[in-house]
Amino acid sequence: MTSLVLGARTPGGVRRPRRRPGRAALRLLPLLPAVVLMAVFLAGPVLWSFYGSLTNQALTGYRAAAPEFVGLDNYTALFGDGQFWKAVVLTVVFVGASAVVGQNVLGMALALMLRATGRVLRSVVSAIVVVAWVLPEIVAAFALYAFFATDGTLNNVLGWFELTGPTWLITFPMLAVILANIWRGTAFSMMVYDAALAEVPPEITEAASIDGATGAQRFLRITVPMIRRAISTNLMLTTLQTLAVFTLIWVMTGGGPGTSSSTLPVLAYQEAFKFAQVGYGTAIATVTLLVGAVFSIVYIRVLKPEVD
Amino acid sequence: MTAMTPTTTSVVTTPRRTPSVASPRRRTGRAFVAVVLIGVGVAFLVPLAWIVLAALDPAATVSVKLPESFTLDNFSQIMTWDQTFRPLWNSAVISGGTAILTVLASVLAAYPLSRYQMRFRKPFLYAILFGTCLPITAMMVPVYALFVNLGLLDNVPGTVFFLTATSLPMAIWMTKNFMDSVPVSLEEAAWVDGAGSMTALARVVVPLMRPGIAVVFIFVFTQAWGNFFVPFVLLFSPGNQPAAVAIYNFFGTYGTIAYGRLAAFSLLYSVPVLVLYLLVQRFSGGSFAMSGAVKG
Repeated sequence: MTSLVLGARTPGGVRRPRRRPGRAALRLLPLLPAVVLMAVFLAGPVLWSFYGSLTNQALTGYRAAAPEFVGLDNYTALFGDGQFWKAVVLTVVFVGASAVVGQNVLGMALALMLRATGRVLRSVVSAIVVVAWVLPEIVAAFALYAFFATDGTLNNVLGWFELTGPTWLITFPMLAVILANIWRGTAFSMMVYDAALAEVPPEITEAASIDGATGAQRFLRITVPMIRRAISTNLMLTTLQTLAVFTLIWVMTGGGPGTSSSTLPVLAYQEAFKFAQVGYGTAIATVTLLVGAVFSIVYIRVLKPEVD
Repeated sequence: MTAMTPTTTSVVTTPRRTPSVASPRRRTGRAFVAVVLIGVGVAFLVPLAWIVLAALDPAATVSVKLPESFTLDNFSQIMTWDQTFRPLWNSAVISGGTAILTVLASVLAAYPLSRYQMRFRKPFLYAILFGTCLPITAMMVPVYALFVNLGLLDNVPGTVFFLTATSLPMAIWMTKNFMDSVPVSLEEAAWVDGAGSMTALARVVVPLMRPGIAVVFIFVFTQAWGNFFVPFVLLFSPGNQPAAVAIYNFFGTYGTIAYGRLAAFSLLYSVPVLVLYLLVQRFSGGSFAMSGAVKG
């Protein structure tokens, strides 16, 4: 990585004569363990992702040991594959509905309501919401599987009202996993927005309400502009987290029935390990990675002042 | 306050109660808010309640219900080495190893980033920030292919190294920000007394940022403990698998007939994370786990 290259060049310290050569290199030494680990196990897979997507590596057999370089064949196949475009649409729907709309709107609503209620209710409700977020992902996935299962809690509750619920995980798998991801991730947005709202001086909203602004006007014209940085960072983070969701979908629906809830990470896994097309799965992973990278760059631009 | 990551949590800040002159109809509004909040709270509670109630129910089903009698049989039935203790032990080894390695590497790395003005500091920090965002799960297929070539499949240290590398960007970022808040003047005093930079780091800086280090440690440990996809892909012999994978295999094999045991196992597996989460709040004194990610 760059640090090493620049570290080796430090006789550039020549320009600043007081520094002994080698001193700067010595100062960089503590970075070494972290840089080596990240170079091998983080940059390594990223580079491998690009390389591997250009081969026809299989999971087992001859093509597993000696994959051939096939150029852009995987991508040509990918972009002509209806399955891939379906997964892209499902991923956009999943991220849009569960993260951008679901978690953000519910998180904001909860943060606002919790600030406007008594202490007991505030602690109890926020603790429940946060526990859903702190639990290991697989446990959350089981809990939600039980909730949406055909004989599960939701249909039982509907039964009290003489309603017969559908088989949620089979008939509406996307709806089930979207609601599940909202349940799982809302706490994050709630805490971000609660912290941001705590920073808005009450005098300003107070002044606005004396000037006759309604609640909605105060929120849209004063509160939202004042916390817009929190909103944009939170939108980015929830998007990136949701883009990478695998466990929740895998446990609840397995991507199915068929591939009707296979988002990109699930499809990459299925192609590689179910259909033994490691090269093809790697190409899907690379596309997902690139999408994530674009969002990350936007996010970093938002956070730029933090580094400077 | 930049919301790089959430702040606060025990769990949510207490708002300043300034009496408002200009807010009529407060009472009906508050009642409405309370009703909505109770509704949301119940909706969030029900799936959680299933885990607890099913674990105590001798005849647990997939739906939440009040058990007719309470029992601890579900727990006693899974108290075996193969079923529970070995997976939990593996989880502890993997998460503990990951957290220790990550903390060591990130404290070392954060020191030059926090203390020296270097030409590549900014690009490096941008790279780190970029690394915190990468959708790692999207990468598991190429990671698998890479591990095949490195001969590291089904290898616990290999998995620990990978988990360490993926948690390092966030850990370095948090550690650096914690370290920034330790005044340099104290180290200068140590330098005057003849301490080298590493001695100053070990004797002065680290002791001063102990709560911050604890937060980073717990944060990394919790993430590794809850991680399912990474060990699911990289480890396949039962002797190496952590609890997350063991519980998934159990679900596949017996889940549909033994919901009570599944829930009991889930509870045992979740308790450490919940305890650590409470500890973090203690350490960070109300300001949340990742406030290290935010310049204070």
